[in-house]
Amino acid sequence: MELGLVYALTGAALASLLAGIGSAIGVGLAGRAAAGAVAENPDLFSKVLILQLLPGTQGIYGLLVAFVTLSQTGLLGGNPVAMSNATGLMYLAACLPIAIVGLISAIHQGKTSVASIGVVIKKPDQFGKAMLFPAMVETYAILALLISILAIFAL
Amino acid sequence: MKKDYTFAVARIRGREMSLLSNAAMEQLLASKSYDEALHFLADKGWGRSDERLTADNLLQAETEKTWETIGEMVDDMSVFDVYRLSDDYHNLKAAIKLCYTGANMDPERLFVAGGTVEPERIYKAIREKDYSLLPEGMSAYAAEAYDTLLHTGDGQLCDVILDRGALEATYAAGKKADNEVLRLYATLTVVAANIKIAVRCGQTGKSLEFIRRALADCQELNTEALALAALGGMESVVEYLAGTDYADAAEALKESPAAFERWCDNLIIRHMKPQKTNPFTIGPLAAYILARQNEIKCVRMVLSAKLNGLPDDMIRERLREMYV
Repeated sequence: MELGLVYALTGAALASLLAGIGSAIGVGLAGRAAAGAVAENPDLFSKVLILQLLPGTQGIYGLLVAFVTLSQTGLLGGNPVAMSNATGLMYLAACLPIAIVGLISAIHQGKTSVASIGVVIKKPDQFGKAMLFPAMVETYAILALLISILAIFAL
Repeated sequence: MKKDYTFAVARIRGREMSLLSNAAMEQLLASKSYDEALHFLADKGWGRSDERLTADNLLQAETEKTWETIGEMVDDMSVFDVYRLSDDYHNLKAAIKLCYTGANMDPERLFVAGGTVEPERIYKAIREKDYSLLPEGMSAYAAEAYDTLLHTGDGQLCDVILDRGALEATYAAGKKADNEVLRLYATLTVVAANIKIAVRCGQTGKSLEFIRRALADCQELNTEALALAALGGMESVVEYLAGTDYADAAEALKESPAAFERWCDNLIIRHMKPQKTNPFTIGPLAAYILARQNEIKCVRMVLSAKLNGLPDDMIRERLREMYV
């Protein structure tokens, strides 16, 4: 029995699962700091909200990769294509970059966002600079997304 | 599960903005009169609007506000016992003296807020000699101090017993704390107090037995060696300290007692400053409480100097580095 489709689906599931978990942790972490900032100074709401949302993108990238994988394998349209074990494993491997990098980078981005929220509390006019620090972490999530998407489309 | 302090730390970051900076302290110092200094502080949000503008009201209100703020953020206040235990022993001292003298005055006036035990409970325990009302550890010191006072009438000895109790309780709480700032605070408090006790006992010619009784046990200093050094006066205490981790303290001690006290406070403040960049632990909260206590201590000095017309330089020698 060919398990190719099972591997591909596992890849899609991992991409949305791990990247989603990472984002939930990151956004949750930054959210607690943002709530603390707003409790003391409600005027900071819009600034800290942006910083809170930054670690949320990894979850979206995971969803995108899972979506493309489901689409490529025909699972989305309800007509799954027959797939060898090797092809299925390749889909799984293609999903791993965003799954793993998404998980780890979102947590670290959340922590960096918390630190940046600390900067915004003390110096609200330095919001632009403070936002750059967590945005830097995003680079690696984008690179992982790129590799996952390129690999999936190449299959 | 390790407690998460992210929310509390973010709030504290906001509160840190209203701490007095070194520049603000200089401005306060530059006030032309006591009243002007009080109004400067009131403009900075110090005190409560429904209370009369006096130094006592202002400082008491700020101490209460600090604990109210922390209480809103932390479920278990026992983590801050290192800061609060000395207030318990202060209240215990007040209660014992009040019961011993039978003075007809409102106990509320003598008690301070912020301790771990309600002052009324302490007062009741002493009045009824029911030491079981007090926490373990404190009850033994309370019984010893009160009995000593009743039998000898020696108020100083009673104070010595309670001060040692406070120091040992603080030291024990520090050892249990899982944060570096709290541990450091407890250790330095006890070390500094022991050095001060040794110097004062040496200067006033106290006996070795008295000095031994006054010094609190701690691992950082050999109390027996310190007690023997105290007998030889300030010089031998300085000599003893030069061979310990607190050699810098010896230098400050040589300068003046005020310089030594400032050295102790500055050392803690300097160790606290890295906490500014640590947003997930209790460290910034611990640092904030200490910064507030330091700030209140400095303001008390400035106000008292303004009230008594002391020169600015004299105050400046005693002022500590500010956290912000």
